[in-house]
Amino acid sequence: MAVIQIREAIRDAIAEEMRKDDSVILLGEEVGEYDGAYKCSRGLLKEFGPHRVIDTPICENGFAGLGIGMAFLGLRPIVEFMTFNFSLIAIDQIINTAAKARLMSGGQLKCPIVFRGAGGAAKQLAAQHSNSFEHFYSYTPGLFVVAPSTPYDMKGLLKTCIRDDNPICFFESELTYSLKGEVPETEYYIPLGVGDIKKEGKDVTLISWSKNVHLALRVAEELQKDNIDAEVVDIRTLKPLDTQLIYDSVRKTNRCVVIQEQHEIASFGSYLAFIIQRDCFDYLDAPVEVVSSLEVPMPYSFVLEEYVFPSVERCKEAVYKVCYL
Amino acid sequence: MNIEEVKKYYGEMLRIRRFEEEAARLYTERKIGGFLHLYIGQEAVAVGAVAAIDLKKDYVISAYRCHGHYLACGGSVRAGFAELLGKETGCAKGRGGSMHFYDVNLHYYGGWGIVGAHVPVAAGMAYALKYRNSGGVVICFIGDGAVNIGPFFEGMSLAALWGLPLVVIIENNYYAMGTPLHKTAPVEDLSIRALGFPVARDTADGFDVFAVKEVVARAVERARSKNQTTLIDVKCYRYRGHSMADPGTYRTKEEIEEKKRNDCILKLERYLDMNGYGDVIEEIKSKIENEIQQGLQEALNDPFPAVETAEKFAYVED
Ligand SMILES: Cc1ncc(C[n+]2csc(CCOP(=O)(O)OP(=O)(O)O)c2C)c(N)n1
Ligand SMILES: [Mg+2]
Repeated sequence: MAVIQIREAIRDAIAEEMRKDDSVILLGEEVGEYDGAYKCSRGLLKEFGPHRVIDTPICENGFAGLGIGMAFLGLRPIVEFMTFNFSLIAIDQIINTAAKARLMSGGQLKCPIVFRGAGGAAKQLAAQHSNSFEHFYSYTPGLFVVAPSTPYDMKGLLKTCIRDDNPICFFESELTYSLKGEVPETEYYIPLGVGDIKKEGKDVTLISWSKNVHLALRVAEELQKDNIDAEVVDIRTLKPLDTQLIYDSVRKTNRCVVIQEQHEIASFGSYLAFIIQRDCFDYLDAPVEVVSSLEVPMPYSFVLEEYVFPSVERCKEAVYKVCYL
Repeated sequence: MNIEEVKKYYGEMLRIRRFEEEAARLYTERKIGGFLHLYIGQEAVAVGAVAAIDLKKDYVISAYRCHGHYLACGGSVRAGFAELLGKETGCAKGRGGSMHFYDVNLHYYGGWGIVGAHVPVAAGMAYALKYRNSGGVVICFIGDGAVNIGPFFEGMSLAALWGLPLVVIIENNYYAMGTPLHKTAPVEDLSIRALGFPVARDTADGFDVFAVKEVVARAVERARSKNQTTLIDVKCYRYRGHSMADPGTYRTKEEIEEKKRNDCILKLERYLDMNGYGDVIEEIKSKIENEIQQGLQEALNDPFPAVETAEKFAYVED
């Protein structure tokens, strides 16, 4: 197995699908000449040419809508948002056009498109560049939402998303593009709606997605000092959601903490807490805890930013709480 | 004027008008819900434009005032009424309603409710056609109210940048809901916006089906042979309110009557009459009336969607 970075896993997934199918097209700001703002498309312009690796002007609504039109007529566009912060400019196209086209046309239109890019905060990019928006898209019927955490998952899931006939929002993370992991040389796909246990444990279930899976793993490691054996569930896809994996884990450990970068109110983590208490009520020894970002637009100073994020400390406290320690 | 063409367009425009009149009646009888934006008065625009294209390879997309475009592309009267009535046999299986008519087989791609948002989508369809060397062109209808919103500019500028086979037709009916043109734009000829992208521009008289056809045909030719985008301002007028809920207090009866004197359908009817085709008029009228009444009856008798299918079509199921 090769050990590669997440950005390379993404690049390889796109390249493999583009080689296989000339209807796959990559478009977005800086994807060509610049190799991607985070270098996720290195070399693709050279290999596939400017008609398939399309540098767009800065107009998120325009190129998202354009991608949708391509998809209506049989292409399989991958639209890169430099980060999902800028997807707000295109959110009307994603939610009102892509997600609804199939229903509104009574099943006549198909919109096979992937909107991808970095979601969530990076380091000290301040309030406008530190948004966590998975819930907007998860909320919308007609969209799938994917947020993997490792190179292996990133590649296998992105390839699946490119082949899928539904519009999909695919979240990456600025802070983990350089993260390395093993990826097989042979081709593979990971199905949507299948989560993954990143660490087995028996005392408490930690649920997360995207880069916070790595936080959950750190928390689990620290908890070993307290003799708490935490299980880490990486949901990988928010929609469709692998509820069975979550429920099996919670029914085994009887305690659950959700770790998310979102703010708590109306967030995806709150939704998880709700369905877990609804469907696993008899198995729970304590109310589900959700560790979230604090209720404030992200301040710049690193002292404040670290405090606003879910920290190892806050996660541990939540675990102690559900363990009545 | 070629007499066969006169007959054809007269019939097609009348078919749209009669459909809309019946739709209005159904609405007042509370048989159809939601918004109902009628196309009455603007029929020459849809019919003239569609007459200039080849729907075997070309595509049409429009906004929420969409019945006329759908019918001009050959959309079925029955499926149109059924859609308004929320029936399973509707052109969007009762899931779209008045603002969201579709018939993908006819290359009519809707039926979109967010002002201006379908302009980039149309550009993307044009990109796909160009990418596949299909020789096809996309016709995108928008209102005068749409030329001020971001997606219009973004879609047009991408079309200009990449040379996309796209023709954007502004149906300039002088009003965006109740707001008159002079309050939304500093010029009457909105095709002037073409200059900044830049794309080719043109204007046409939307009361004259032949004028519309000629101007659109030129634009389609530019798109087909040179991958040039065109923005066309077509002056037209809607006789009814913005939607059925609109009492129309922002304009005078005289203004409406004045515009009606130039009616696109009556003009052709007079022409046919003057040239001794009075019997042809009656023939066409009765043929269309039959189609409308039969389609309507069928649609009224058609079944509603089964409620168990309410969640169908949210996703592509494999
Ligand atoms: C982005 C957006 N804002 C507001 C509306 C509400 N709205 C529906 S139609 C309309 C007027 C549009 O006028 P115009 O483009 O001239 O088209 P017409 O109705 O005359 O055909 C408005 C404001 C909307 N649908 N979309
Ligand atoms: Mg108008």
